Amino acid sequence: MKLMTCPINGPRAISEFAYGGELRAMPDPDRADDAAWADYVFNRTSLPRVKLEWWCHTPSGVWFIAERDTALDTIRRTYLFTQAART
Amino acid sequence: MPARLLKFAFSRQHPEPRMFTRHDTLKPSYDVVIIGAGGHGLASAYYLTRDYGIRNIAVLDKGYLGGGNTGRNTTIIRSNYLTPEGVQFYDESVRLWQNLSADFDLNLFYSTRGHFTLAHTDAAMRTMRWRAEVNKHYGVDSEVIDRQAVQEAIPSMDIDCAGHVPVLGALYHAPGAVARHDAVAWGYGRGADRRGAEIHQNTEVLGIELEDSGAGPRVTGVRTTRGRIATRKVLCAVAGCTPRLLEMVSLRSPIVVHPLQAMVSESLKPWLDPIIVSASLHVYVSQSARGELVMGASLDPYELHSTRSTLDFTEGLAAHMLEMFPFLSDVKIVRQWAGMADMTPDFAPIMGLTPVQGFYLDSGWGTWGFKATPVCGKTMSFTVARDAAHPLIQGFGFDRFARYSLTGEKGAASVGH
Repeated sequence: MKLMTCPINGPRAISEFAYGGELRAMPDPDRADDAAWADYVFNRTSLPRVKLEWWCHTPSGVWFIAERDTALDTIRRTYLFTQAART
Repeated sequence: MPARLLKFAFSRQHPEPRMFTRHDTLKPSYDVVIIGAGGHGLASAYYLTRDYGIRNIAVLDKGYLGGGNTGRNTTIIRSNYLTPEGVQFYDESVRLWQNLSADFDLNLFYSTRGHFTLAHTDAAMRTMRWRAEVNKHYGVDSEVIDRQAVQEAIPSMDIDCAGHVPVLGALYHAPGAVARHDAVAWGYGRGADRRGAEIHQNTEVLGIELEDSGAGPRVTGVRTTRGRIATRKVLCAVAGCTPRLLEMVSLRSPIVVHPLQAMVSESLKPWLDPIIVSASLHVYVSQSARGELVMGASLDPYELHSTRSTLDFTEGLAAHMLEMFPFLSDVKIVRQWAGMADMTPDFAPIMGLTPVQGFYLDSGWGTWGFKATPVCGKTMSFTVARDAAHPLIQGFGFDRFARYSLTGEKGAASVGH
């Protein structure tokens, strides 16, 4: 069974988690033009590499950041978003 | 090992002609370079050589012919989609499929079975009615049938699905069919090869060369592991590797790659004639000509660029299969595998021209690409030859996202993608 470590609840089966997509910076909605906004809404960098992603531990509702290699399916690190902002 | 076999193995003069010519070197230039020797790429080469007289073509593949999603799908062919764009497109595809064996002089084992999409909820029944009406409007044979008709058509199925998701009815699509997927790639490959196209396996594309003389970027060549090729036209038909190719031409796209898994059971006596799909139970199943049950489920839940298999998938799918067919409890699973599905946000493909001149895209085929193989070849060969999108694919353009003009095919996805 594949495990993921929730920053609050510790290691749990991957089936307890929901994938929330890659961590992306939102452009300022008041200043972004249509093209920049469409790029933010639709486009993704779906390349095999280590990425920062949103994940949720669904039984407890904890949203956090995972550093995951999308080529190897290995999880390097998980931490709460507040910690991501600091590092 | 007999000496004769050994001698045969080391000889380059194989007495039996293979399906394709092996070319030892790449030419310095081609009129068209097609990246990806799967069904879509080879079909495009086939129609370019046959219908447009463009013969100086190289089809490149980093692996082997038909080794990607062409050889990894569950071979279902149908046209009961939801949007007018989708219905017309797949209907043309089904028409092409029906003549393909004769066209190739190769038996594709094209087998019309009938396709049942089961509805277990009122909401699903409503969508089935909607789909049936859109289909009928475009002349596609689809109808909503009730629970009793489903039971009569599939007597071996537990119509209550273990009690918790009883079947209320189904969308019945009589032209639903299966075909031998490898033979599709071979047939198109052989046809293209005979007309002069070169198929180069084990040739990975490392980069795409562009020039910009003020009118925007345009393609000038392709760098590969076996040398550089000069070309003005590149068709990219690489399914799950699309984002990597798009990065080579500095384009961003909404495509995300998720694995899609499938599995087969041991061979059984023929008992299941039609193709059965249940979105609520995340199952699609048909019985192959060899008697194996070919089964698939929904996409893996997160992005991954790998074709690994998981036990979670096998357990989940087997459990749902038993809800429909409890008598299969002694049957063994013999194989499972995965393919990399290039998913789009609106569940329609991304096809045609791109902002890079001479770079044509056949992508976003996600979990529904096999059934579109012939019509993709037809429309993409037109698009490459004429440098203009074929009328059937104008709803699938690369620029539709920037225009917020999506082609919502999601309701027609057979399994909750």
